[in-house]
Amino acid sequence: MAFDIGSVLAQAISPFNLLLALLGVVLGTVIGALPGLSATMAIAVLVPFTFAMDPASGLIMLGAIYTGAIYGGAYAAILVNTPGTPSAIATTFDGFPMAKRGDGDLAMTLATLASVIGGVIGAIALMTLSPLLANIALAFQSSEYFWLAILGLTLIASLSTGNVLKGLIGGAFGLILSMIGVAVVGGDVRMTFGISGLLGGIDIVSALIGLYCIPVLIDMVARPDRHLEPAPLGRGFRFFEALGHCATNAFNLFRSSVIGTVVGILPGAGGSIASLVSYSEARRASRHPERFGTGEPGGLLATESANNATVGGGFIPTLVLGIPGTPPDAVILGALLVQGIRTGPELFTQQSGIVYIFMLGLLIATVMMLPVGLLIGRYAYRFIVNTPKALLVPLIAFMTVVGSFAIHSNPHDVLVMVSMGALGWLLSLAGFGPSPIVLGLVLGQIAEQGFMRAYMIGGARGNFGGQLLFDRPISWAIFALIIITLGLPLWRQLRQRKAKGKEATNDI
Amino acid sequence: MLKKLTLLAAAAAFAMTAGAAQAFPDKPVNYIIPFNAGGESDISARLQQPYFKKITGEDLIIQYQAGAGGAQAWSVLNDQPGDGYTIMGTNLPHIILQPLLQNPGYKTEDLTNIYMFHFTPDALLVRADSEFKTVQDVIDASKENPGALTVGGVATNTANHIAHQRFADLTGAEMTYIPYTGTGATIPGLLGGEVELLWGYTTVAAGQGDKVRMLAVAQDERHPLFPDVPTFKELGIDMVGGAYRGIAVPKSTPEEVRQQLSDIIGKINADPEFIKEMEDAGFAMLNVPYNEMDAFMAERQKVYEDTARKLGSLQ
Repeated sequence: MAFDIGSVLAQAISPFNLLLALLGVVLGTVIGALPGLSATMAIAVLVPFTFAMDPASGLIMLGAIYTGAIYGGAYAAILVNTPGTPSAIATTFDGFPMAKRGDGDLAMTLATLASVIGGVIGAIALMTLSPLLANIALAFQSSEYFWLAILGLTLIASLSTGNVLKGLIGGAFGLILSMIGVAVVGGDVRMTFGISGLLGGIDIVSALIGLYCIPVLIDMVARPDRHLEPAPLGRGFRFFEALGHCATNAFNLFRSSVIGTVVGILPGAGGSIASLVSYSEARRASRHPERFGTGEPGGLLATESANNATVGGGFIPTLVLGIPGTPPDAVILGALLVQGIRTGPELFTQQSGIVYIFMLGLLIATVMMLPVGLLIGRYAYRFIVNTPKALLVPLIAFMTVVGSFAIHSNPHDVLVMVSMGALGWLLSLAGFGPSPIVLGLVLGQIAEQGFMRAYMIGGARGNFGGQLLFDRPISWAIFALIIITLGLPLWRQLRQRKAKGKEATNDI
Repeated sequence: MLKKLTLLAAAAAFAMTAGAAQAFPDKPVNYIIPFNAGGESDISARLQQPYFKKITGEDLIIQYQAGAGGAQAWSVLNDQPGDGYTIMGTNLPHIILQPLLQNPGYKTEDLTNIYMFHFTPDALLVRADSEFKTVQDVIDASKENPGALTVGGVATNTANHIAHQRFADLTGAEMTYIPYTGTGATIPGLLGGEVELLWGYTTVAAGQGDKVRMLAVAQDERHPLFPDVPTFKELGIDMVGGAYRGIAVPKSTPEEVRQQLSDIIGKINADPEFIKEMEDAGFAMLNVPYNEMDAFMAERQKVYEDTARKLGSLQ
């Protein structure tokens, strides 16, 4: 190799770079924890400052902020039931129930551990297998994205146990919401009702904040009991208890991190799909699928390890192919270009020094998340538990407005957030949860565009079926997963019924 | 006491206006990009940033207000203070096509463009290992099997879509246009073999190096970064165009300030260092200052209207 490992190591762990990584992780965690303030935004704001640093230091800081922000998204998800970033949608499923019943401290520690483990696996994949794995970005085409989105949508069925019909209605409503605006394929203007602000569609983050946060706020005001059960004093971080959960979920963690890395490599998929798919897989593989959604540590570990693994994964196509894996990667790619660094395979040979310093920096930043996250997480948990509702509610309400405004510095998004919130609250009264709606909204566009492109290309080649499924082995695999995910519960039910039937006959 | 204060304030206000007349700018200028960070609008703005500081001594602060393909920012441009300290990036064909096809909340003539400073020329790209070596190969193949060739591009009714239609009109080549979400998403489409060809820009080729081959570029002269790639004009196809980027100010901005801003951007555009950085990234320079803007916009308006009519997007 054309560089000296010793000097790379020395540069990456220079006190200045370590300080930058620490600063980046702390900053990123705080930004990610506030709903609406996203990793993309944090990086975009800080890019100009990094121009004054040498490229490697600048990159380390950006990478640290990015990984910190993805992790920080878990805070609001666990403590307030509002995903701080789309990556943390699935974290609410089990994180909030845990916090609600008084296990918030354990949930925070679990999220931290899972994020570090996922982040480290993603970063190691980035360091060792980049040129090889980058080809995955090219193997996934429109039809694969379509099936991947459908796989994500199957989660609706398992999320809404007890009332599948309401889940499906919610999902369909989300799909309709995803159609609002100018269609990418075809250019039709759909369901904007003449409002020019709707041309761009419903912003996912403002919808997230509205649908999840507003009902929680109204609930907090309407009911006299505490928002979260307080934890008994003197329990510490429950670090070893959390480690125990990690040990029993070792394979779950590994699988979720691999899913996160691979999905991170796919441009246009991102952390939300990664955590949803790994959640669904963890639930399917679990011996207690019925516990998922009620505060099961395995679910939390799956989502948080997967979304942090997308950070390393996303850098793989960014650095190797010049194709950003996630939106924050696009900003970082732009920053690289302005600094005169050309991405591509040459980056690994000619300018390898910088790249390896950056990767090592990312790894160090990820490991730093452990102490930083444990400390901030504990403080955040205590703050949410101990702050009286009269203070907490206006504070969170204020943050929802600031957060949704900050997405595009546009008051229109605040309006969307408030209307989605009102709608979400009304629907929750009728027994509809926010998650199926959000899944429909997030995955609808990916599914629609993937299908339409496969349809058009198939049409041009006179082979629609082949283009959509039959000629595409990766699609087969995803399709098989869909069948298993949908079929397994039915099969289990059938078997239970049979067993019961036998018992019944034995009784006679 | 109160009187004194008022006097002082008046004096200060006078000094400020007088100062503005002498030296513009005398404080940082906000530069709103109507797209997300990391795109080509952002990259070119970031390249301008240090030169703006060098020429004026003031900072250029880049902000993002993405949404609705830029329309969210453009529809509120005229609500901003017209003191020259708020400027906004504008893009063609967006600001002409959007009001033509939808009701985006602004009209093309609402935007006061003061300078168009570069464009990314349309380019027809194939994979490096593609059987298509020349534009003629593509035309022949598409005539043999009309509609069977797929060509990717960004979304519908966009610069890429317009280029696709112009090319079809001028050559009779019938291909199927496949819309992707953004430039980033088109590249795996081409490299992964989902589409045979790609309507992209010179910037795409600059970013992908030897993995892609450009068959032709829609410029008057060959791009300095790609001296071996012919222009469409050389091949007898009258196509010059792409995605143009400029800067606009709120309508209330005085003539004098508009001219001053136009001069500053012109100075940046004339800096050889800046030109080199821009061209290395694949951009093509363009100089349409404030006083030539109306003629330029009228000409582009006509081209886009004609093509949009042929696309069937416009009745």
